[in-house]
Amino acid sequence: MAQNYKDELSGVETTGHEWDGLRELNNPLPKWWLYLFYVCIAWAMVYYVFYPAWPLGKTYTKGILGYSQREELDTKLAEAKAGQAKYLTAIAAKSVDEIQKDKDLLGFAMAGGRSYFNENCAACHGAGGQGAKGFPTLADDVWLWGGSSADIYKTIQHGIRSDDGDTRGTPNVGMTAFGKDGILNRDQIDQVTDYVLSLNGKTADAGKAAKGKAVYDENCAACHGDAAQGSVAAGVDGVGAPPLKQANWLYGSDKQTLVETVTNGRAGVMPAWSKRLDDATIKSLAVYVHNLGGGK
Amino acid sequence: MAQDKKGFSHDLIERNTLLLIVLVLITVSIGGLVQIVPLFTIESTIEKVEGVRPYSPLELAGQNIYLREGCYNCHSQQIRPFRDEVERYGHYSLAAESMYDHPFQWGSKRTGPDLARVGGKYSNAWQVAHLVNPRAVVPESIMPTYGWMKERPLSYGDIGDHLKTLKIVGVPYTDEQIANAKADLEAQKNPDGDTAGLMKRYPKAVVANFTGEKTVTEMDALVAYLQVLGTMVDFTKYQSKQLQQ
Repeated sequence: MAQNYKDELSGVETTGHEWDGLRELNNPLPKWWLYLFYVCIAWAMVYYVFYPAWPLGKTYTKGILGYSQREELDTKLAEAKAGQAKYLTAIAAKSVDEIQKDKDLLGFAMAGGRSYFNENCAACHGAGGQGAKGFPTLADDVWLWGGSSADIYKTIQHGIRSDDGDTRGTPNVGMTAFGKDGILNRDQIDQVTDYVLSLNGKTADAGKAAKGKAVYDENCAACHGDAAQGSVAAGVDGVGAPPLKQANWLYGSDKQTLVETVTNGRAGVMPAWSKRLDDATIKSLAVYVHNLGGGK
Repeated sequence: MAQDKKGFSHDLIERNTLLLIVLVLITVSIGGLVQIVPLFTIESTIEKVEGVRPYSPLELAGQNIYLREGCYNCHSQQIRPFRDEVERYGHYSLAAESMYDHPFQWGSKRTGPDLARVGGKYSNAWQVAHLVNPRAVVPESIMPTYGWMKERPLSYGDIGDHLKTLKIVGVPYTDEQIANAKADLEAQKNPDGDTAGLMKRYPKAVVANFTGEKTVTEMDALVAYLQVLGTMVDFTKYQSKQLQQ
């Protein structure tokens, strides 16, 4: 083949392609780039042999390493568990109380419990267990379902009014909607809420409050206790009725909120965690929650 | 000067637009076919697991709201098979779990957390309180508020047509499900009513009056959808070996 036209200005040979008098300079790829490209092709050939690569109709070539990302994950999780095995087996074998007495285990459970708490529990109960409206504070000493480590452990496992068979409380059943269901009329609700306000040393109509006491004794005392001490202190099982003499209210203690509560009832729900987290994790969480400040 | 080559040459392709287009199409489609076709033919692409069902009418309406509001811009629904993700969110997502999603909601960005297994993680009351004002329960949240959804009645007169449309693209809704779409949607919002038919057609559906409102609101639909995410497959039934693709 004859020598192609050489560009006069640059002295570079052209490729011979020409479009309306425009010519293309023949500047080949840099050698380093070209050889790297060839290495990549060779690497791909090696890859085909070792790793999953080619589709074959209903299946594919698995490669001689048989690599699978999901299998690798299993291995990594197993390694991580093996590294913690000393603690995990001890935690599995002991009760939440016993874990707290063992300084070594306590440290492990607190560290793990903290991470799991922040991921799973903090959305409702707050990052420090401070709670939110409708979601109980875990850092104080008011416990609707018991504040011993065993109680906390059981609550986390089975939830409250949850779909778990062993749940605390009854699903869809909470405080009666005294107003909505027509058990108390407006006046009675007005009176009983004034009575609750008076219990807490808040401004209330003394006359109404006195009448409200009768309404309370008849309708509320069965769950909340004769002295408004709450169901746990009164020894009533399975209702989770809070004490009505306290500083830190679940839904609020102003007149309007109290009327709303008595009228419509309340039924807080907590999911059961035993389907989502393993036992050692739940025990760690129980240890962590018990140590937030209010554990009994 | 252009060279006069006989037959198939560089010149021939570049001077003949139609031929160029045809050859480009052939070249590009080889790349596409090699990547896409095997996903349909390889039998292990979609894991064989039990429990994945099409969304109930109320959940489907919720997914439509999820799409309308662009939730996928900040929330993924895809737990990748890495230790950090599995320990945080739960079992890695399966292809089977999103096989009835049109379009799938895997997402690619996590300004907020992954939602693939958010179903059942929090109570209905929390989901509502959080949508009304995320800061009320999670002070550091930057999520927008969606309280207005609680007041907005859900428009569901055409819900049966949504099911029919999905059936055309391959979601196995039965004629019975399509015929009962509107009734099932209302039943899922009413825990005091008869839900036997709904639960038979859509096992594991969460039945509740999510918002406490009398009418079915957009928030009822959205929370019903969120509460079913990631709950359909019972992973205690499967060894990880059975889930390898």
